[in-house]
Amino acid sequence: MSAGGSDRFGAGTKAQFPLLERQVHGRPIVYLDSAASSQKPRSVLDAMNSYYETINANVHRGAYEIAAQATEAMEGARAEVARFVNAPSPDEIVFTKNVTEAINLVARAWGGANLGPGDAVVITEMEHHANIVPWHIMSAEKGFELRWVGVGADGQLDLSNLDRLLDGAKLLGVTAMSNVLGTLNPIRRLAEAAHDAGALILVDAAQYVPHLPTDVQALGADFLGFTGHKMCGPTGIGVLWARAELLEAMPPFLGGGEMILDVRKDGFLPNHIPHKFEAGTPPIAEIVGLGAAVRYLDGLGMDQVREHEVSLTAYALRTLEERYGSDLAVHGPAEPACRGGVLSMSFRDIHPHDLSQVLDDRGVCVRAGHHCAKPLMRHLGVPATARASLYVYNDTSDVDALADALGVAGDFFSR
Amino acid sequence: MAGLEDLYREIILDHYRNPRNRGELEVPPAVQAVGFNPLCGDEVIVYLEVRDGVIAEVSTSGQGCSISQSSASMMSTAVKGRTVAEVRRLVRAFKHMMSIHGTGIGGTGDDLDDEGGNGNGHGDVKLGDLEALQGVVKFPVRIKCATLSWNTLVQALDETFA
Repeated sequence: MSAGGSDRFGAGTKAQFPLLERQVHGRPIVYLDSAASSQKPRSVLDAMNSYYETINANVHRGAYEIAAQATEAMEGARAEVARFVNAPSPDEIVFTKNVTEAINLVARAWGGANLGPGDAVVITEMEHHANIVPWHIMSAEKGFELRWVGVGADGQLDLSNLDRLLDGAKLLGVTAMSNVLGTLNPIRRLAEAAHDAGALILVDAAQYVPHLPTDVQALGADFLGFTGHKMCGPTGIGVLWARAELLEAMPPFLGGGEMILDVRKDGFLPNHIPHKFEAGTPPIAEIVGLGAAVRYLDGLGMDQVREHEVSLTAYALRTLEERYGSDLAVHGPAEPACRGGVLSMSFRDIHPHDLSQVLDDRGVCVRAGHHCAKPLMRHLGVPATARASLYVYNDTSDVDALADALGVAGDFFSR
Repeated sequence: MAGLEDLYREIILDHYRNPRNRGELEVPPAVQAVGFNPLCGDEVIVYLEVRDGVIAEVSTSGQGCSISQSSASMMSTAVKGRTVAEVRRLVRAFKHMMSIHGTGIGGTGDDLDDEGGNGNGHGDVKLGDLEALQGVVKFPVRIKCATLSWNTLVQALDETFA
């Protein structure tokens, strides 16, 4: 057994992902950008194709056989997704386009009804722009205050003044895992602090649900968003989970078909949850694909996925340290058990774009840029980083390929 | 297939390691323009002083990748001492070279065609060392790195004659 974990991962899982069979620039692809988007296993692609080939029809209200089957496939996937994150009911699973839309839904529908002058929303310096900009927009419209939890030198949230920040706040918005630092935030503790202060908590779980066993009830969350394409599912499908009574009390987000019980010339009656928030024809094939992705991850076992990633992250941190020492900085917590497999690197004085260009020449796919986290980049004092991120199909050979390619880049720019 | 040597020509790396005309100029008499590449956070600041229709002084500062920073350095050496009219022609020729259209790879270029309408966009403008940057076109995501300082130069020229 390698340091990368059991045979169920790495080479064993790679074979289930058709894209990972291809080559780039004449070399086997080394895909290390799953924090941006994961690859898709054959079972997910097959489920979506099968949907289109056998039961494609618009959902709900169709009396004919395949429309009923399409509806059943969609609602079955909703139930599987609910179970995957231990939601008390499938009615609490609202399908959105992605986490960005999930957070915008909360900001617009809940925030529009509940926030005004004198109120405050607290977010953190390590948020993705998706959990910053919607609050900027609503703050400008509604006149509430936006407050920030800082980040310490150790890559952890600075919670020393949390009580003061939460005083009078109505919502705490926080990422469960930083897409730049890999930091796993103490959601349970933050939820308790928010609730003690009379605030709700919204969790951006885009980087969490794909990588760790998720129990929305144990986390103590009120709102939690995640997205299909980072968890072996297709693009175009995300989830907002929220406690039923919150969804019941919120006004609708988008208006149109499907989200109504009745429409008259003088008004409309909104549908029950979750349909109240799902205007228009939903992305049915993508929902079916997300259901298949959840089954795939369940088959691997989320505890085992986490174990594999902790082990591989430890191997990566150790390997990079041994090979490059102080020439290479990996931002974020040093302890693998406190972080996810997201390695944001600064290597010598090589600009991340140049670094990723040379890595690409070796078939190694990493992401260079600000990772949609400009406030955090300013805090770190870097314009950008090169980020390698790990998932179920990665193993020690991928880490070794990354380490080798870094050596090539180092040689190239010291010519 | 485009290799790294097409992108990172020796002269480009030389300008990256030893940037020419690097620094700031006093404003005024110089004007200052700032250019950003929002994709990667690159930033180029161009300082420009025009006297009697000639680029008397030019310098650049900022931060970014080897392509954006070396292109800024090469731009400064290419325009210093030239007339504003010559520089505007040079900008057009450079941007034409940096368009996918300009090198015949395919796709649509932007509105960079030479006013002379001779088709190749260069007219009789000699690009010299700047031609080393042509390889960047084979890496479309990097084109904006190479053109950042040139667009910022145009901002500085516009500022000068505003």
